[in-house]
Amino acid sequence: MDTIDGIDIYPVISLIIFFSFFLILTILVYSSSKKHIEYMEGLPLDTEPGEKTQTNEK
Amino acid sequence: MEKQHFSYDNTIVRNFSYATLFWGVTGMLVGLIIALQLAFPALNFGIEYISFGRLRPLHTNAVIFAFVGNGIFAGVYYSLQRLLKARMYSDLLSKINFWGWQLIIVSAVISLPLGYTTSKEYAELEWPIDIAITIIWVVFGWNMFATILRRRERHLYVAVWFYIATFIAIAMLHLVNSFELPVSFMKSYSWYAGVQDALVQWWYGHNAVAFFLTTPYLGLMYYFIPKAANRPVYSYRLSIIHFWALIFLYIWAGPHHLLYTALPDWAQSLGTVFSIMLLAPSWGGMLNGLLTLRGAWDKVREDPTLKFMVVAVTAYGMATFEGPLLSLKNVNAISHFTDWTVAHVHVGGLGWNGFLTFGILYWMIPVLFRTKLYSTKLANLHFWIGTLGILFYALPMYWAGLTQSLMWKEFTAEGMLAYPNFMETVTQIKTMYALRSFGGLLYLTGAVIMVVNFIKTIRQGDFLANEEAEAPALSATYIPHSKDHWHRWIERKPVQMLVLSLIVVGIGGVIEIMPTFLVKSNIPTISSVKPYTPLELEGRDLYIREGCNNCHSQMVRPFRSETERYGEYSKAGEFVYDHPHLWGSKRTGPDLHRVGGKYPDSWHYAHMLDPETMSPGSIMPSYPWMIERKLDTSKTPEKISAMRTLGVPYPEGYETKALADLHKQSEKIRSGLKKAKIEAMKDAEILALIAYLQRLGTDIKSAPESEKK
Repeated sequence: MDTIDGIDIYPVISLIIFFSFFLILTILVYSSSKKHIEYMEGLPLDTEPGEKTQTNEK
Repeated sequence: MEKQHFSYDNTIVRNFSYATLFWGVTGMLVGLIIALQLAFPALNFGIEYISFGRLRPLHTNAVIFAFVGNGIFAGVYYSLQRLLKARMYSDLLSKINFWGWQLIIVSAVISLPLGYTTSKEYAELEWPIDIAITIIWVVFGWNMFATILRRRERHLYVAVWFYIATFIAIAMLHLVNSFELPVSFMKSYSWYAGVQDALVQWWYGHNAVAFFLTTPYLGLMYYFIPKAANRPVYSYRLSIIHFWALIFLYIWAGPHHLLYTALPDWAQSLGTVFSIMLLAPSWGGMLNGLLTLRGAWDKVREDPTLKFMVVAVTAYGMATFEGPLLSLKNVNAISHFTDWTVAHVHVGGLGWNGFLTFGILYWMIPVLFRTKLYSTKLANLHFWIGTLGILFYALPMYWAGLTQSLMWKEFTAEGMLAYPNFMETVTQIKTMYALRSFGGLLYLTGAVIMVVNFIKTIRQGDFLANEEAEAPALSATYIPHSKDHWHRWIERKPVQMLVLSLIVVGIGGVIEIMPTFLVKSNIPTISSVKPYTPLELEGRDLYIREGCNNCHSQMVRPFRSETERYGEYSKAGEFVYDHPHLWGSKRTGPDLHRVGGKYPDSWHYAHMLDPETMSPGSIMPSYPWMIERKLDTSKTPEKISAMRTLGVPYPEGYETKALADLHKQSEKIRSGLKKAKIEAMKDAEILALIAYLQRLGTDIKSAPESEKK
């Protein structure tokens, strides 16, 4: 790479990488199971895994 | 399954908490002192070790790496053990981490006032300390990873991902930015020059904010807010998106610190676009933190811990809204180089980092000492006095920043600068500087009240060094559920997490930095730009030693208001021999890139001895020691050959002739001063500084017209 010609491909590549990354992430996250999410969010609290405290009413 | 018995190491958490408190108060005190120095310059006392330029990096390093740094370690060592249901892998590594970090801080406290600095913002520490930081950081990472590998909880909670990303990103940033060539013990030159050095520096500087002041604290937020409110995080799904989007986007935004500079335009635009996109994950995270308290607002009214956390998260929201705003070129044209930036970082520093640290400590110290907080009233007092402190700090700074910027840009009806004398724009905002110090004093007072409260709490409590716990061991093989959630793959595998985080944060850096290094036309060469003479090079090192770059930029932006005031705007090709670059980020005083030839040598001599004689009302410290002290030329030949190694075209063998040239130029300046009836000491430091200042920005004047563009 010696010249500035065609540098505009960089922002375009950046946008495509980020957009696809973000889209796939969002789809995957919202397709995850509720049970697992409840388990994960309970980790910092002093409860046995699976035991319910004040869960988020969704 | 049979449960295993083990204990959590609370001693290391306690030690880091003490260090957080100690360095917090120290760093804030230094901040208060330098704030007062700007309002009342006599407080520099003409003593080199406490002059503003040397103390300012001490303040920033102390609050970032000592206060927040110890805060990170305290919070991480507490939460990591509990989230993984395991004691830290090695007590010895924890101890090395603790004492090593304190030693690094002490070496900063000693070396920065002595003038040992690389001049690169938030990376001022010289190369031996850089190496120590690398070692201690690896010790921290090693201890953390070994603990993760020996955990009893298979899934890694989102806080742990933030810790992992912090570790790997800071390691990468520190290594790349600290690439420097040692000249001697405690002196080095940046490997990069000019535009490239600036780009790497702000890629680092911006992401030090991201991965030292933000990601670890977000991890702490995701652990301690649910803990203090005793309810799970509002949306765990959102936290996954928050994490990946944030670490992906943050790394690209660095160039927004260099808008309208000589950095190539495409890189500036890329920085702006990603800064704006960054608003989404930042606010997603902020709302996730705040909404965790949904239905628990009654607790916020009672509990000082939650109060601090609410204001912290709100301040995070404000700072991360303002950040993208400041990265718009039209806003940045007004805000850059002014106190607006100072206000912005202090909303983040005092509000987000400070208050979240306080909140965590108010929760954690009574738990560690198995008692109740000594006084909730005092904690509430701290909360209010601290909040007022933030307001009294930030509002005057916004006012000062806007006022000064508008004055810089004001033209008369005849098309002349309305305030051609820079000093007028300084005297206008002096009151704001005094008010800001008052804000800082309030904030510091609050912190002292907290320390008193903790001392009382600790006295009435009973410290539990090893907290017993039990949990079943992890089974050797993992039986996946039939419909496994994809993200579990990564939640179970810390090493994959580390590698993926590195790739995600690495992409931005590679795409932005590589072309700047490879594309030749990004930095058009100017044939008349020549290397510095040995005396100028020594003068430049004095400029760095005194931290002149903390208050003076060397970057004239392409605005009429700036070319009228300072001269021709700065070109990328003018900085090719600048190891490191000295563009600066703040104009407490005027830009100096075109100062060469503007004033006679005698003006500089008198100005450095007592700035007020040349510009009445000046808030610049005086530098009498540069007039009384002989220039140390023992390292000049080494410096020349080091520069040649870095690509500066000094002829082969020039180092042997350098000293003769140096003395000749020094004598010439001295005899010139004599004609103005100033008897300068032979080989005084001031002569080198004058040589450098008179050279600044002059090379381009003899360049052919075609190259100037």
